[in-house]
Amino acid sequence: MTSVTTPTAQTVRRRPAREGRAPGRRRVSRERVYQWLFIAPALLYVVLFFAYPVVKNVVMGFQDYTTASFYTGEAPFVGFANYVTIFSDPTFWPSVTNTFVFTIGSIVGQFTLGLAIAVFFRRRFPLSTILRSLLLLPWLLPVIVSTALWRSLMDQDSGAINVVLKGLGIIDTGIPWLASPSIALLSVIIVNVWVGIPFNVAILYGGLQDIPEELYEAAAVDGASPWRTFWSVTWPLLRPTVTVVILLCVIYTLRSIDIILGLTRGGPANSTQTLPTASYFQSFQQFQFGLGAATSNVLIIIAFVFALLYLRASRRSLTD
Amino acid sequence: MISSLRARKVRSTRDSVLGVLLLVLLLFPVYWMVNLSVQSSGSNLASGLFPTEIHLDGYRAAIADQSANLVTSLVVSILSVILTLVIAIPAAYALAQFRLPGLNLILLVLAVTQMIPGIVIANSLYSSYNDLGLLNTMLGLVLADASHSIPFAILLIRTAMQAVPVAVLEAARLDGAGLFRSFRSIAVPLARNGIITASLFSFLFTWSDFLFALTLTTTDDLRPVTLGIYTYLGADQTDWSAVMATSVLASLPAIVLLLVAQRYIAAGASGGAVK
Repeated sequence: MTSVTTPTAQTVRRRPAREGRAPGRRRVSRERVYQWLFIAPALLYVVLFFAYPVVKNVVMGFQDYTTASFYTGEAPFVGFANYVTIFSDPTFWPSVTNTFVFTIGSIVGQFTLGLAIAVFFRRRFPLSTILRSLLLLPWLLPVIVSTALWRSLMDQDSGAINVVLKGLGIIDTGIPWLASPSIALLSVIIVNVWVGIPFNVAILYGGLQDIPEELYEAAAVDGASPWRTFWSVTWPLLRPTVTVVILLCVIYTLRSIDIILGLTRGGPANSTQTLPTASYFQSFQQFQFGLGAATSNVLIIIAFVFALLYLRASRRSLTD
Repeated sequence: MISSLRARKVRSTRDSVLGVLLLVLLLFPVYWMVNLSVQSSGSNLASGLFPTEIHLDGYRAAIADQSANLVTSLVVSILSVILTLVIAIPAAYALAQFRLPGLNLILLVLAVTQMIPGIVIANSLYSSYNDLGLLNTMLGLVLADASHSIPFAILLIRTAMQAVPVAVLEAARLDGAGLFRSFRSIAVPLARNGIITASLFSFLFTWSDFLFALTLTTTDDLRPVTLGIYTYLGADQTDWSAVMATSVLASLPAIVLLLVAQRYIAAGASGGAVK
């Protein structure tokens, strides 16, 4: 079972066409039209809800687009003024840094823990299938629910985490997990790691299934230690899956917004503000849609780079 | 020989125990949510490991405040699944079985759409919706929420449709079945599992949607439950038992589907990498 939907490579192995056994040009061309009808609604949807919004967002980045624009219907073009404004905003560069710290921290945590758990489940023991399925739960919950329950766990005064740490004598006063500007980003990362582990386990476990059992048997015959087996057998053969899962997670983490709005709303003191949340506040709190568009266009460019890397990697991993 | 068998048995028992401990650790926050939801109301979070008595204040408050929102979420999710399937199933069939020009490009575009940041779409849709009068409408939410699931569903169902044997479709055509008939009576039933998986995930994606709820609704008339929880969290004094009771109710679809449709959920988790 392939682990990741990678359309580009699958088409290479597409089966030959089978339309029009009976020739006759008219019949074929009419059938062609019917065939396009199958896919037309999807294409229309993609144009209206993906292509158009992206183009419009790029254009809005060059416009003075505010609430007034909705009434007057006018949004004058202002060249790069929006970009000048956002780049000179003292909170912009910290939010770029936060975006990268949040993304890298989340990926490192999700991936290492996800890989360790996936390798563990590869051993197949009684209950392993059911346990592995139940493990998906944090990933299936609405993210806003996860933020609500972690806000209760991370509450400074009576949250379960601080109560336990105090009980164990590790700390005397409660840690302000989400209230301190120096810790909040770390806390947000911890929650995002929790949310992302199941996805990493699922994909990496799928990749592990594709490694031939004989290789492990051979390693066992040679008396290789588990550690050695991991680095000599598992890791090299899992590499293509690893690349794909990391790039996918980077792309999804870069754009994630629910988790930060739910936990901290970008605060305290902008310490957890990232590009998506900054864009949200500019557009939907300050009603400066032009600025919000400019900020999210920066995000598009970053996401685009990783999307290209992903498409390249996923193609290679299947054609190898 | 016997001792090695015994060693293996010891090892697998040890692994099972480790696995259960791991699950308990990872799912503890979910358990804690249930535990807090049955505490007495108020902003107090202190609680024993197990609830000593069951209070339903939280659920009473949740139902009073959020039942309309829960219904909104349910209706929007169901409509979004229907829209997703209506658009995705024929497209998936075409992409799996027809030789169309530009097919590779279409597949590439579908993969890329899943990577576009949601805030970009929300930012643009807001002004379009404002012009079209789609803000604060069920239709507007359903259309926007389907963007989470349509590309995903097309790619997932396409894989299932590719497994439909060519010979079977050929035979149907020889028997005089038209394009639409062989699609409806052969390809769709044979791709059933993929379609079920896609439906379940479409439902969960829309049910979980927060960004479009936040940006494309501006009044209290139409609010999905995710937005209801967000509003709760923004209050000066958080009534934790109400927040947690609402969270439990909002988690029910995920929990129920994971328990009753585990096979499909697991297939979706490994078969269509998205979210």
